[in-house]
Amino acid sequence: MSPRILLSHKKIEIILNRLSCQLIEKFNDFDDVVLVGLQPRGVYLLNRLVEMLENSYGIKKVINGKLDITFFRDDFRRFDKTLSPSSNEMELTIEGKSVVIIDDVLYTGRSIRAALTALDNYGRPNDIQLLVLIDRRFSRDLPIQPDYIGAQVDALEGDKVRVQWKDKSKDDTVFIEKR
Amino acid sequence: MEQLSVNHLLGIKSLKEDDVQLIFETADRFKEVINRPIKKVPSLRDITVANLFFENSTRTKLSFELAEKRLSADVINFSASQSSVKKGETLIDTVNNILAMKVDVVVMRHPNPGAALFLSKNVDACIINAGDGTHEHPSQALLDAYSIKEKIGDLRGKKIAIVGDILHSRVALSNIYALKMLGAEVRLCGPKSLIPKYYDALGVSVSTDLMQTLKWCDAANMLRVQNERMDLNYFPSNREYAQLYGLNAKKLMSLKKDIVLLHPGPINRGVEITSDVADSKNAIILDQVENGVAIRMAIIYLLVAKLNIPTT
Repeated sequence: MSPRILLSHKKIEIILNRLSCQLIEKFNDFDDVVLVGLQPRGVYLLNRLVEMLENSYGIKKVINGKLDITFFRDDFRRFDKTLSPSSNEMELTIEGKSVVIIDDVLYTGRSIRAALTALDNYGRPNDIQLLVLIDRRFSRDLPIQPDYIGAQVDALEGDKVRVQWKDKSKDDTVFIEKR
Repeated sequence: MEQLSVNHLLGIKSLKEDDVQLIFETADRFKEVINRPIKKVPSLRDITVANLFFENSTRTKLSFELAEKRLSADVINFSASQSSVKKGETLIDTVNNILAMKVDVVVMRHPNPGAALFLSKNVDACIINAGDGTHEHPSQALLDAYSIKEKIGDLRGKKIAIVGDILHSRVALSNIYALKMLGAEVRLCGPKSLIPKYYDALGVSVSTDLMQTLKWCDAANMLRVQNERMDLNYFPSNREYAQLYGLNAKKLMSLKKDIVLLHPGPINRGVEITSDVADSKNAIILDQVENGVAIRMAIIYLLVAKLNIPTT
């Protein structure tokens, strides 16, 4: 079965604007805020939001980092495939800051649990929130819920929700692939 | 490729180029980890590693132990000099007794060539060779190649010299395999008596002229003169060796080009390399030590990743 389009380019643009506005509503000038994108796929969303906040909404500086959670995952050695790490770019401290974890799709919540553990290494934050583009409802393994949601999706277990970010040849699109 | 083709690290010879590249890529990530304020990740918190050293070692043992601890593994150390080996226990018995304590990975250094291979065939654990006699020392070769690559880029077509006591050096053999695999040209340089007879089968060239070799190369690995392995006199004196094959500032200056200098340690200062050269900007000896931890973390992580947890 060919992938079904969940969100089109235009819809995603509207969602990104809304998420940016929600962050501004909450954090105002972003002085004590750190946005943390999860490697590898959350980083695309992070970059788009940072670009939008700085260029379209006039925020001076959005402190942000790219967090790799590979070594903190709970499924190491549970699959035949070795987990391959991505680069980790966290030249910052989160001590006393408000942290927003950013990822593309929230599914079981296990990546977020790993991210919470990984963030421990960078200080004691004031609070941590979660922003996702897609929230797959009713599929959580852990008690983790997002604070900012792009769109909610009810997908069957085994389906794959895939986010494609725009580059030279492709538009932003969110697909659902049946297995 | 996303996983190693081997289940043990016995030598470079048993690895494929993809394995080496995977180890390097993973080591990049671990190098970042060990430069964080908190230098530890929890990946191996359910793993126990035994470091069995049947031969003395300072940096390799410390480096492995640190790598294991930075991955959150439990570590037990064993050195032959303080053990029942002295009472005549065999290698397999010693190791099986240790494995009965539920150990997952064995890192072993042993004076006999092939000890690691022998162990991998006879006991049920992941074996990492930390040096077997004059045979191989794969983690050292990987960290040497990684350190050179970090300094001068892709090794393909680069000229690397290995200078000194090649005959007694497991570092040399592993280095030759690793550097050749990554596409470098390798030249051995040292007194004839310390160059093995069958070097040509390894696809390397040989020179007895240090200056000529240094002019030729992009990087030189200055091996230690292993006095403890010399059962007879291979050269007249350390003084004569230092004059002919030791590297000093004067020789280095006269090259009129920058070459990268490595040394696997421990240094005999004033024999194979003088202090001013060992501490100069050309030398990456301390980078080697730092990279050693990252490379060993990558090796252990990738091997342990293949130890699947039984689902029942």
